[in-house]
Amino acid sequence: MAQPKEHETHEQANADHKEGHSEKFNAGESILHHIADSHEFHFFTLGEKHFTMPLPVIVYSPQRGLSMFSSSKFEEGEVAYEGYKLEHDKIVAVDASGNVDESVKAYDFSITKNVFQMLLAVILLIWIMTSIAKKYKAQGHNVAPSGFQNAVEPVITFVRDDVAKPNLGHKYEKYMPYLLTVFFFILINNIIGLIPGSANVTGNIAFTALLAVISFIVIMISTNGHFWGHIFWPPGVPFLVKLILIPVELLSIFIKPAALMIRLFANMTAGHIVILSFVSLIFIFGQMATVAGWGFTPVSIAFSVFIYFIEILVAFIQAFIFTNLTAVFIGQAFEGEHHDEAHAH
Amino acid sequence: MQLLMPALGFFFWTLVAFIIVFLILKKFAWKPILTTLSAREKNIADSIATAERVKNEMAQMKSENEALMAQAREERSALLKEAREAKDRIVHEAKEQAKAEAAKIVADAQAVINQQKMATLVELKNQVGVLVLDVAEKVLRKELGNKPEQEQYIQQLANDIKLN
Repeated sequence: MAQPKEHETHEQANADHKEGHSEKFNAGESILHHIADSHEFHFFTLGEKHFTMPLPVIVYSPQRGLSMFSSSKFEEGEVAYEGYKLEHDKIVAVDASGNVDESVKAYDFSITKNVFQMLLAVILLIWIMTSIAKKYKAQGHNVAPSGFQNAVEPVITFVRDDVAKPNLGHKYEKYMPYLLTVFFFILINNIIGLIPGSANVTGNIAFTALLAVISFIVIMISTNGHFWGHIFWPPGVPFLVKLILIPVELLSIFIKPAALMIRLFANMTAGHIVILSFVSLIFIFGQMATVAGWGFTPVSIAFSVFIYFIEILVAFIQAFIFTNLTAVFIGQAFEGEHHDEAHAH
Repeated sequence: MQLLMPALGFFFWTLVAFIIVFLILKKFAWKPILTTLSAREKNIADSIATAERVKNEMAQMKSENEALMAQAREERSALLKEAREAKDRIVHEAKEQAKAEAAKIVADAQAVINQQKMATLVELKNQVGVLVLDVAEKVLRKELGNKPEQEQYIQQLANDIKLN
């Protein structure tokens, strides 16, 4: 119950902030602002005072070289600094007079809100897993698991027995570290992303795109002749159908990881949007009449809490689906080999 | 749509973070955890197999024990039976022997008795013969003296003999 409420105050603060500028609450803009990446960690606003944590800006430009400074130098996008300016949370190069300079290319490698939170999640994940591994090493295999081991061990055995083994057969051991890393990397970022006020890391397309690229690379490394044979010369179909099938099959190689990317991105983003929409309803009603806003608050919170529980479920399900589908695609990549061995046996 | 455009910076940092996580966890987490898990699973499977084997061995030993017990019982009853038979035989033999011994003693005694009786009879016959000769001598001597007296004397002797 506390979480959506906290979210609400956050939202309210933001709404106040927005009203201070435009006197009108724009739900769509506010929601998109919340799920988008940012160069500062904005906690809440009291009156005219913003409580934010500035994050380091790292910009590389072929013409100007590398620049590193705090995002507080931009002063909420009002001021240009070292020839760069923040425009709609996007860093653009400006000339001496403060106008946008299109000729200078700026590559933004800043530690944004998402990057910062992801790095925290990574540290947390490494700390959790290595401390558990230490316990395993110290106790050996004759001691029953205890404490947090009991929470992690079933997940690991689940990934091994229900994701890796059925899809990858006898080769599963080779892929276990990758599958486990993907699963826990997505899971911990999903869960931390659910904390109110936190960044929407797994709902960012760059994050899911990177994971999709890695799974694409892993799938490509796992392919064998049989796999390519099926793509460039699908067996058992007439010649003309082959001509149609070859581009389709070729496209499917890229569509598979792309589907992984969009699925995770869309699921996490949609969940955040739904929760934020329910919270925004309070302010939309509040703008019509203060009483309506207060009156709708319980309904809004009830719906938010409901979606929140679903989101917790989705956090696990999406991590599982991403890992499972990656395992399925890897399994398909060396499927033929498996069949050959089955015949040989 | 800014939402659908992957940001280069975040993409880059995710790549760095993922590679770091993958390498660290692969070496320091997944490897020890997975080896321990498989070792434990193997250990459990082995333990179950051992327990099964021990159970089978126990069952086998139990049946062997029962067979041994049955055999021992059989042997015991056989021994008892044998002993009873031996006792009966010994008693019987002793009885037979005693009977034979007794019969022999009785036979010996009878033989001795007969012998002595015969001896006594011989002596008696000799005695009678002597007496008869004595009497005949005396009679002959009297006959030569006095006839009536002889007769009287014979009579008297005869009476004496009767009295004897």
